[in-house]
Amino acid sequence: MTKTFAQLGFPGRLIAVEGLDGSGKSTQIYLLKRWLQLQGLRVFFSEWNSSELVKSATSKAKKRELLSPTTFSLIHATDFADRYERQLVPLLRAGYLVLCDRYIYTAFARDTVRGCPPNWVRGIYDFAALPDLTFFFRADLEVSLNRILDGRPQLKYFEAGMDLRLSTDPYESFRIFQGRILEQYLAMSGEFQFLLIDANQPIEAQQNVVRDLIADRIHLDAFRRGQTVKGS
Amino acid sequence: MAAKTPRKNRPFDFTRIVVPKQTDRRFYGHGIPGVDAQKLHGKLIVVEGCDGSGRSTQIQKLTDWLESAGHATTQMGLKRSTLVSEELNLAQNGNTLSHTTMSLFYATDFADQLENVIFPGLKAGRILLADRYIYTLMARDLARGSDMGWLQNLYGMALIPDVVFYLDVSAEERVQRNFAKDFALDYWESGMDLGLSREMFDSFLKYQAMVEKEFKKLHKTYGFTIIDGNRSPDETFDELRTKTESVLAGT
Repeated sequence: MTKTFAQLGFPGRLIAVEGLDGSGKSTQIYLLKRWLQLQGLRVFFSEWNSSELVKSATSKAKKRELLSPTTFSLIHATDFADRYERQLVPLLRAGYLVLCDRYIYTAFARDTVRGCPPNWVRGIYDFAALPDLTFFFRADLEVSLNRILDGRPQLKYFEAGMDLRLSTDPYESFRIFQGRILEQYLAMSGEFQFLLIDANQPIEAQQNVVRDLIADRIHLDAFRRGQTVKGS
Repeated sequence: MAAKTPRKNRPFDFTRIVVPKQTDRRFYGHGIPGVDAQKLHGKLIVVEGCDGSGRSTQIQKLTDWLESAGHATTQMGLKRSTLVSEELNLAQNGNTLSHTTMSLFYATDFADQLENVIFPGLKAGRILLADRYIYTLMARDLARGSDMGWLQNLYGMALIPDVVFYLDVSAEERVQRNFAKDFALDYWESGMDLGLSREMFDSFLKYQAMVEKEFKKLHKTYGFTIIDGNRSPDETFDELRTKTESVLAGT
């Protein structure tokens, strides 16, 4: 689909954040949610890969390293469809501000890096409307990598892109994998009108930019609890 | 329908083992990343048909005959993947899946079997007998309002079978066969999620007619080999066997 929820006449608005692991986007969307909630607005937050229904299949598959690029892509699309149909669309019909930590662009970037044909992936997600605003948190690759790798965490198999056989060292694999995902993100940044946020800035400075952009582009008063929803 | 006199099939021929003829192999779309279709040497034989059309009986007969004739066989069917079949069953029993989710869940199951059952089998030169394929999944989705273009993109990953047999059986006959088997109709096979009728029997007939209509449309695109399944299992099998023989001979 090439239309946003606003263009489709939904009373709600969907705001998505995208970026590499370690770009600080989850912190930013959390602060955004708090700001909107504390003003008494109707807000809902949804995370990538979190549908209860599909979770057990996904986590089992990941643990046993059972996924190919194709099934990896499809199982995440299933998860997304479940959240989209059961939560996002009804809430947007009911006039909510829906905040998504990752949206279809995550799939576009990751699945393409894994070797799935880009048009196939985009075609699958064609049932989903586009976000009204997409923030892309762009940190230097090294900064994102260091945020994740500094604690020498136990990197998970798929998270590190080990299935791509880029390197036998999980840390090295993760670096190459994240670099390729960043390239994909940047390549589609213009096409989908990402709002680029400099994620090398202090948390507060980034949050300022985000809040200003939202206040500027969305009439927040319309989302106050108790306010009648037009067109729902 | 008048009762048919049961009769015996042609006897199996144990003397002559025919090596299947190699034919060109392609995917419907882009296929699966990193998989070379030309290396999938075996044969992919699909048996499609609505519920109660006698698919499993015929597949069993095909298996017996093919193995007697020296061919190694593997069976596959929907909802049998190790990846998601369990979760798919759970979700179906709770009737909690919405339409696109269900569709993608089935596609995941299909992709997993494509990669882990069909490809290895064909690579090893086996004959793959598929109890349904993407056409059932598409017909069900189309009956629920899915977009044909969306489905064709999704299933562009699928391998084009060597033959698709469609067992054509009248709806009345299929109802009787369903009852004879379980004395009950299945919730999903009756399309109860579509709210066509509150009564299961009516819903079954309506839903099956919708699915059948979609199959007819798919036939125009994909060209099934239609087998009249209203006959006795042995008579139906005779035709199936003759046609399979020519598929193996590459004619």
